[in-house]
Amino acid sequence: MPVITLTINDELVSGRRGESLLEVIREHGITLPTLCHMEGLSERGGCRLCIVEVEGSPRPVTACTTTAREGMVIRTHTTRLIRYRRMIVELLLAERNHYCAVCVSVGHCELQNVAASLGVDHVRYEYLSPRVTMDLSHERFGMDHNRCILCTRCVRVCDEVEGVRTWDIAHRGVRSRIIADLNYPWGESETCTSCGKCVQVCPTGALFTKGATVGEMVKDPGMLRRVLEGRDRKEWEG
Amino acid sequence: MIPADLRVMAEQERERQEGFRCRILVCAGTPCLSAGADAVLETLRQGVAEGGLDAEIEPVASGCMGPCSRGPLVKVRSRGKEVIYERVTPESARQILFSVVKGRKPPTVSPLPPDFPFLARQERVVLANSGAINPERIEEYVAAGGYGALSHALHEMTPDDVCREVSLSGLRGRGGAGYPTGVKWSLARKAPGERKYVVANGDEGDPGAYMDRSIMESDPHRVLEGMALAGYAIGAEQGFVYVRGEYHLAGRRLEGAIRDAERKGLLGSRVLGSNFNFRIDIRTGAGAFVCGEETSLMASIMGKRGQPWNRPPYPAQKGLWGNPTLINNVETFAAVPAVVGRGAEWFAAIGTPKSRGTKVYALCGQVEIAGLIEVPMGTTLREVVFEIGGGIPSGKRFKAAQSGGPSGGCIPAAFLDTPLDYESMERLGTIMGSGGLIIMDETSCMPDVASFFLDFCRDESCGKCAPCRVGTVEMHRLLRRITSGTATMDDLAKLEELCELVGTTSLCGLGMTAPNPVLSTLRYFRDEYADHIRQRRCAAGVCAMAESPAPGAGGEALLHAMGVPGEVE
Amino acid sequence: MNKAGTTDRIRFATVWLGGCSGCHMSFLDLDERLVELAEAAELVFSPFVDTKEFPEGVDVTLVEGAVTNRANLAMAERVRERSRIVVSLGDCAVTGNVTSLRNLFPVEAVLAPFRAEDGRSGKAFLDYTSIPELLPRALPLHQVIPVDGYVPGCPPDADRIWEAVRALLRGEPVALAESMRTFG
Repeated sequence: MPVITLTINDELVSGRRGESLLEVIREHGITLPTLCHMEGLSERGGCRLCIVEVEGSPRPVTACTTTAREGMVIRTHTTRLIRYRRMIVELLLAERNHYCAVCVSVGHCELQNVAASLGVDHVRYEYLSPRVTMDLSHERFGMDHNRCILCTRCVRVCDEVEGVRTWDIAHRGVRSRIIADLNYPWGESETCTSCGKCVQVCPTGALFTKGATVGEMVKDPGMLRRVLEGRDRKEWEG
Repeated sequence: MIPADLRVMAEQERERQEGFRCRILVCAGTPCLSAGADAVLETLRQGVAEGGLDAEIEPVASGCMGPCSRGPLVKVRSRGKEVIYERVTPESARQILFSVVKGRKPPTVSPLPPDFPFLARQERVVLANSGAINPERIEEYVAAGGYGALSHALHEMTPDDVCREVSLSGLRGRGGAGYPTGVKWSLARKAPGERKYVVANGDEGDPGAYMDRSIMESDPHRVLEGMALAGYAIGAEQGFVYVRGEYHLAGRRLEGAIRDAERKGLLGSRVLGSNFNFRIDIRTGAGAFVCGEETSLMASIMGKRGQPWNRPPYPAQKGLWGNPTLINNVETFAAVPAVVGRGAEWFAAIGTPKSRGTKVYALCGQVEIAGLIEVPMGTTLREVVFEIGGGIPSGKRFKAAQSGGPSGGCIPAAFLDTPLDYESMERLGTIMGSGGLIIMDETSCMPDVASFFLDFCRDESCGKCAPCRVGTVEMHRLLRRITSGTATMDDLAKLEELCELVGTTSLCGLGMTAPNPVLSTLRYFRDEYADHIRQRRCAAGVCAMAESPAPGAGGEALLHAMGVPGEVE
Repeated sequence: MNKAGTTDRIRFATVWLGGCSGCHMSFLDLDERLVELAEAAELVFSPFVDTKEFPEGVDVTLVEGAVTNRANLAMAERVRERSRIVVSLGDCAVTGNVTSLRNLFPVEAVLAPFRAEDGRSGKAFLDYTSIPELLPRALPLHQVIPVDGYVPGCPPDADRIWEAVRALLRGEPVALAESMRTFG
């Protein structure tokens, strides 16, 4: 496999050609927060948390969507990048109604953890307090839009792995909502196979298994990898 | 059709037109139609029919003549002479027709003077045919020299020659960013790929801007010819015009133009007898501003949700369905036939060394004559506002001009003598943009203007990336605090920090440029912001200040806590 | 460290705004550490003591609860005026949390059930004239007054509170470890 060399935070490191910057950075033990990225799904570049400085580029780029190239000079934790990441998490927390204290995923939530790791201990922006709903029409699962950060992992896993695309996005901007089919109650979706992958990849308490109460919704992020690897090994064929 | 047939077609049409004693052109662009141009045209047609003057006088529905706020406009053209009447009614149209028949002046309506600055000071290249031909007749475009550049290129130039010519002309993207068109074409030409595409961006969405609409309505074939030249130059056989959903008339005229051009062999297979095949289809937007951004536009053409993707890859490498795609603005394509037809040198001689050629502006707001103008690059703002536009109405003072719409910024009175070109405008903290120029007088409040544009961006954000999706909403809230007198200086600092975040970390151009109206008004009118915050006063008298719930000491914190009136959703 | 009873102990206060008092309960969970605290600090104002007026010259004040009505607002301002260091204690002060759940509705809609008449007595369930007027939205403390430190959690457990208090007693800013600064 052809190897490339690049400089990350003043250190020469090597990576494989074709890898994303995010992969190279993480392989070298550097922590870079992400929320929309998930191994096994296509990249979205929407949460903007993995922004890094690339020498010669006028503005930061998202590491997840940038292919590592020979000779790149990267900085991952400049003062302004750290400040930007904090601000973005503040904005995400202000956007919907993330009452962590009463969330099914409290203690197991990626948004909660990213906030803590970045040192976001308060939000300076006005909470938008939108009046959004919960969809509890599905027999086994629930969708709480109050917790949704629009990372679209659910949309992508449904489309790219389950091959169904029950989920999609309606509306735009801050009014964007994850919808099932053509905005049907989830339980009435004719396409949903109830596979539950969306629930497991959801980083917050937006998608959950019914019956879970505060803090009980523990996701299984390894599930996606097992599914994909099992498929590669043709584990479920014949 | 071969080149000789094109010449015959042109000749026949010219003879036909010269056969009339007089042609009366009525602007049938959207602004004039909304002012009643339909009735004017109908009156003229009736009058001609009733008088049995069909062979002598031809009433024509033409494209845009320019001074839109003075519509409906009527142009009388006879024996090489032209006069223009403004604000024509069916009644005055009858007078005009009568005067033409009798060969004397109409009694109560008088035409615009021949040296009317709004018209006389322009240099029309892209708009050369606008208001001069019937956009729905391909023959008239051909008679005006149309498709000549394409014919010349197909038979006497190689694709590389065409790219070179465009490069040499110094033409830069008219959509806003000013990227050198020749470079873009060369990249698309060199990009490896069996299948390539040409896309014309007609998703004009800036408030106050309608240059592209007018070009598509008034001279649709010019856009098609420019696209065909691009297709030949880069090796594409398929083009798309992406027309803003609200532009029904533009879409209809383009549709008709494509059909006519295909029938005449000017588009389709073996164009003008050459080996070049080129088809153009129309794609209509569904009302999303973000689809003016090239990657969102392509997503929309492919039938996907209109959202941007991260660049690179750039469209020239990987665009529609993963193929190399050339995207230019409608106005850019409309300039190409002139560049190729009259030569790069001729085009490059217009304008300034770095910004060559002409630029179309939609002049609107607090200006005496609002409308569409085309002037050489480098014309000063003062010339545009005061000489061409006739100055500010009602004796008010010029305060600022907003260029580039919600992605741009303002130019204050102190910089009226700035030449309008890409570099000078960038130095002032604004952008050329697509050509919208909103003129504001002293009755405009700058924080209110910024709030208007942020409201627009907030509403138009697609929601894909977090900084733009939420940041614009928070910025708009802070601006609303400022304009309602419930902000603190700390809020202003927060606003400025959000401007930095949204401008730096957003995924696409919409978010990256959304803070510009705030940054630019802060740069020139910071005092107005401070006045709103500290004195709770709007000098322009635009903003309604929230009433303090508890006047006196301690009232400030309560006022701040009460938030913007009517804010709870 | 100062000895109990000496006058150079720091003047320490806790305040209860729009919250459930859970943070104060958690504060009591400091248990034997309260003794250590008492040696270093004099509790000059708190729901735990009988002082009626928030005193002048306070060194450190921990504030529980969101700012949800005019009385909270006035108190927050007084606390800020009279304290050197103000720290938000718990999620309601830090984020608005449960107290701000009502922000999803206009104040009138929130109060409507209380204004309704009791079927038996014919009187309103609640005499709204006797309680402080609600603000349009319940706000985190720092959106009302400048705040110097944050102890998130619902409630923040005693270890977190102790971590913060110890730093404050040393005259240092609150800097909680990652595991101690999660919301919820």
